[in-house]
Amino acid sequence: MDVNYEALIPKVGVITDVRIDTPDVKTFRVVTPDGKKAFDHKPGQCAMLSIPGVGEAMFSITSAPTNTEYMEFSIKKCGCVTEWLHQAEVGQQITIRGPYGNPFPVDDAFVGKDLLFVAGGIGLAPLRSVINYCRHYRDRYGKIDIVYGSRSKDDLVDYQEIINEWMEDDGIDVHLTIDREQEGWDGHVGFVPNYVKELNFDTNKTVIICGPPIMIKFTLEGLISMGYNKQQVYTTMELRMKCGVGKCGRCNIGSKYVCKDGPVFRCDQLEELPDEY
Amino acid sequence: MRKFSIQALDTIFAKIAADEKLYLPVDGENGSNYKLWEPGVQMSDALNTVRSAKDFFFPQTENLIEFKVTGKQIDIIDVRNENEDFVVFGVRACDVRSFDILDRVFLSEPIDSYYANRRAHSVIISMACTRPAETCFCGTFDIDAANPAGDITCWKTQDSIYMRANTDKGEKLLAKLDGLTEECDDSAVSAQQDKTRRIMERLPLANLSAEKFGGGKTNEFFNSPAWKELSQACLGCGTCTFVCPTCQCYDIKDYDTGNGVIRFRCWDSCMYSDFTKMAHGNSRNSQVERFRQRFMHKLVYYPENNEGIFGCVGCGRCLAKCPISMNIVKVMKKLGEE
Repeated sequence: MDVNYEALIPKVGVITDVRIDTPDVKTFRVVTPDGKKAFDHKPGQCAMLSIPGVGEAMFSITSAPTNTEYMEFSIKKCGCVTEWLHQAEVGQQITIRGPYGNPFPVDDAFVGKDLLFVAGGIGLAPLRSVINYCRHYRDRYGKIDIVYGSRSKDDLVDYQEIINEWMEDDGIDVHLTIDREQEGWDGHVGFVPNYVKELNFDTNKTVIICGPPIMIKFTLEGLISMGYNKQQVYTTMELRMKCGVGKCGRCNIGSKYVCKDGPVFRCDQLEELPDEY
Repeated sequence: MRKFSIQALDTIFAKIAADEKLYLPVDGENGSNYKLWEPGVQMSDALNTVRSAKDFFFPQTENLIEFKVTGKQIDIIDVRNENEDFVVFGVRACDVRSFDILDRVFLSEPIDSYYANRRAHSVIISMACTRPAETCFCGTFDIDAANPAGDITCWKTQDSIYMRANTDKGEKLLAKLDGLTEECDDSAVSAQQDKTRRIMERLPLANLSAEKFGGGKTNEFFNSPAWKELSQACLGCGTCTFVCPTCQCYDIKDYDTGNGVIRFRCWDSCMYSDFTKMAHGNSRNSQVERFRQRFMHKLVYYPENNEGIFGCVGCGRCLAKCPISMNIVKVMKKLGEE
């Protein structure tokens, strides 16, 4: 019997909305041509988006699975595929396949825990899916803290959703920071790792970090010095990917493939991998 | 066991080729390689083909999908047609093992349909080695050159060819050749196997051991200072990965034909500098890291994920083809002495 299903064959997706988040980040809303969600996913999973003739690249799905109507992708302009997407208009068709990778353990390890989300810049994109999932099933989790920082106030992704929805929720504290003083900003100024230390959280929280590698490194060091252990800290990784299904070899690191064994790793598991990320 | 006279080889080939495409090793300007059999084509006597047999299931390039792009609209065209039955004759024990190694990648979920359908439509007829060479070390990975796997195993003696079916597919094909072959005992085959195994024991790499390697040994070897010296002269040409029967890393690229877009897959190499390069940087910036990746994958990472099976079959192609004469044997010896 011949095998019919093929993971490498994508579906057609349509961009139905483009939101300008920051000077270099846009959020794209995607559905199938008949107006449905392309597939179900779990918080932290990724999808391959492509534009035929330009290329294919892996993106985290930034909308939560609890959104049953469409998917959203917050994408920073930094390479061929992303630059092309940034000039795309509503109605543009692209291709989509997935979902790929392991999600954050929102339905097991996170349940009943106080959660601390730490994000830097575009690193909020993969965490937004988790945050909105946890907001939807609010009573499953303890207190939620979100520390989010960017270069400037204009570089904060999802700013409207943060101030209009997250900050309005009970039991959620949002701590925003920007790298340097800026006119019109009366919030905290300083780098994310330092801010996390200043906030002096209880050490019983489960931490979810995503951001530039240097931010992750120093935040993790800070958490350890505060008394956290690595089993409490989760992050999501990014390496070059082509197939998304653990075969093309590109995202191989040690015996793991980031696309199928990740992208979500607990920091103690990450430490077991060779230092190649 | 069945046998037929070597004089009848062409008749046997013709019988097989009457129903299915038949490929076998044929001598050419640059050594032996698999070619389509037609009347008059002679089977090579060479120990092995220059390119490995992986090409049959995982070709160097293949089209995956086509797109028709009209304004903002995209149509996806499924171009898969890997449904032609074919027979590969004369595959050596090392290359037969390589199929098992590739299967564990491409046939694990989600199954790669391009590869899987080619595998399903093929019959592999292996050929036992009689003159293994000094670059051979299949024994290191518990492969018996005198008793290769495959749907059918063949042994060639001076005057006859002996055949044994190992699978249902093999039985079926062998049954088709019934009128051209005769039943026989395995005494001639046993004698030849003994001879081959005695040669194997005397080869220079007969004592090469993979015992020190395997899953769970990442920390033992990853930071070895030996990688620097071993990789120093590596050109990053990727020849080793291209001739390797088990290397299976690939790239996916789009080609705009002017009348649509073809998305194709092609071999890639972890030895290449842009293999892991992405917009925000490169996780393996130096050739030392890229070189290390290839060997760590075959000797540690692959066995870790595959019940201890190594990602090398000891075919010796990289020993023969590397322009700077670096290879997995030297890597194993150097790392093994630490």
